[in-house]
Amino acid sequence: MSRTTNGAASRGLNRRALGLLLELALPVAVLVGYGVWASRAQSFYFPPLDEIGRYFNELWLFDRVGSDLVPSLVRMGAGYLASVVVGVSLGLLLGMSRVLRTAAEPVVEFLRALPAPALIPFSLLLFGSGDSSKIFVIVLGAVWPILLNSIDGVRGVDAQQLDMARAYRIPLAARVTRIILPAAAPRIFAGMRTSLAIAIILMVVSEMVASSDGLGYFVLEQQRSFAIPEMWTGIILLGVLGYVLNWLFLRLERRVLAWHFGLKGLAGPAAPRKQSGRAARRSARASSPSAPSSDGEV
Amino acid sequence: MRDLGLKVSGVLVVLLALELCSRTGLLSRDWFPPVTETYAELFKLAAGHPLWTEIGRTLSGWALGIALATVLAVPCGILLGSNQTAYRMTRVVIEFCRPVPSVALIPLAVLVYGVGLEMKVFLIVFVTFWPILLQVIYGVQDVDPVVRDTARAYGLPPLARFFRVTLPSAAPYIATGLRIASAIALVLAVTAELVVGAPGLGQSIVVAQSNANLPRMYALIIVTGLVGWVLNLAFQAIERRLLRWHPSQRQEVAQ
Repeated sequence: MSRTTNGAASRGLNRRALGLLLELALPVAVLVGYGVWASRAQSFYFPPLDEIGRYFNELWLFDRVGSDLVPSLVRMGAGYLASVVVGVSLGLLLGMSRVLRTAAEPVVEFLRALPAPALIPFSLLLFGSGDSSKIFVIVLGAVWPILLNSIDGVRGVDAQQLDMARAYRIPLAARVTRIILPAAAPRIFAGMRTSLAIAIILMVVSEMVASSDGLGYFVLEQQRSFAIPEMWTGIILLGVLGYVLNWLFLRLERRVLAWHFGLKGLAGPAAPRKQSGRAARRSARASSPSAPSSDGEV
Repeated sequence: MRDLGLKVSGVLVVLLALELCSRTGLLSRDWFPPVTETYAELFKLAAGHPLWTEIGRTLSGWALGIALATVLAVPCGILLGSNQTAYRMTRVVIEFCRPVPSVALIPLAVLVYGVGLEMKVFLIVFVTFWPILLQVIYGVQDVDPVVRDTARAYGLPPLARFFRVTLPSAAPYIATGLRIASAIALVLAVTAELVVGAPGLGQSIVVAQSNANLPRMYALIIVTGLVGWVLNLAFQAIERRLLRWHPSQRQEVAQ
């Protein structure tokens, strides 16, 4: 008996190792392929990997972390937090009042459709070239997915629960914090995830215009002085940053919304992929008419 | 009817508030010309002026980029969605490339392609490829297994299965992917014009600002927003029309 379980276990292990090998084969092949090609081709724009690595080591461990990475992260963090606060509170307001929601709809639709980078010149006029103009641009771009998802989340609260709360004369503040916000939380988080990507992008763009530090400034400046490997280190750092922040957010979401995923029998935010056909179509239907949850995944 | 009134009054209240703030000096007139001046400038621009050329320049980058990205991403997505091995092989690469902030590539694109249309198109293709690809993969993977097995049991040849089962079932996902891509592509087109000065709406906003022609700057920003809004509406309308038969749209009508 022990032999058969051993056999099954080792076969399972083998299969998992094989799967891992399969998943890692292509990334490794791409990296190796690029490395070989770049060291042969001596292309000016595409330096070999070891050169990029050397510069990366020189610049980002940890020489320029304080001068470029930290200011970028601070601006992004401030802009993102402000977007969450503004988006959720406005979302509560508009979600709870039909009149306000209808009246605000055209303005919101317009501002959402307006590409946020177009507002950079406006923001520069308003705030000068300091941090606040960059934070303003980030908020103006990142607030919409949170706002729209909050509105939808608030509207989707179980009407019976609300009636019940009203019947028991639970005060408004308690109704908001105990019933409405928790019920809307999954949608709010979906919006926050989209907004995170937008906030990173707007951080970079706003630093590319009229700025003297930050990652966006660094990358563009290196390109303008034809310091190609240095430019590549910035691009790679931004890529890693995007990946890491996304990963951190997913972990946070999984923790905060653990009750929700448990309730729905989902493994986590990534789970809709594995839903049955019918459930997925239902969710596609729910998001299809306006699809705010998937909007602007840049 | 009542809704329409509310919407119109919502817009009017905002515009009126801005106008009053500017006229009374609550917001400095140096930065905020009254809304009426901005709109006067807007109509002047729309009447003559290279405004339409600028819009055309922005939109040509947008259209070429989306078309190329679609042509590349849909077949890739169908392949990866229908073949589990291929999907797993590429998963790590896709998951890594997707959250990379697209704009980080602007300097590279400028180096390789210069500041013209090609650069814009490259950026848009690179960035919009991912959302379309992912939506197509999800769509293809999400074909109702019962329908798929039934088609197979009735002996439909693979090509017919693809056109009659897989593609219709994935169509709403592809439509969503395209709509997301359209918004992103416009953002990138404007960003590229703004940051590196490729000709188009973004560049003319910067030019207006550096000439201290503020009404024109605001008018151009409004135009950019309107372009985005119209594109969004157009995509929704096309989607509704082409996918009338799909439950998601039928449901919407029923509501």
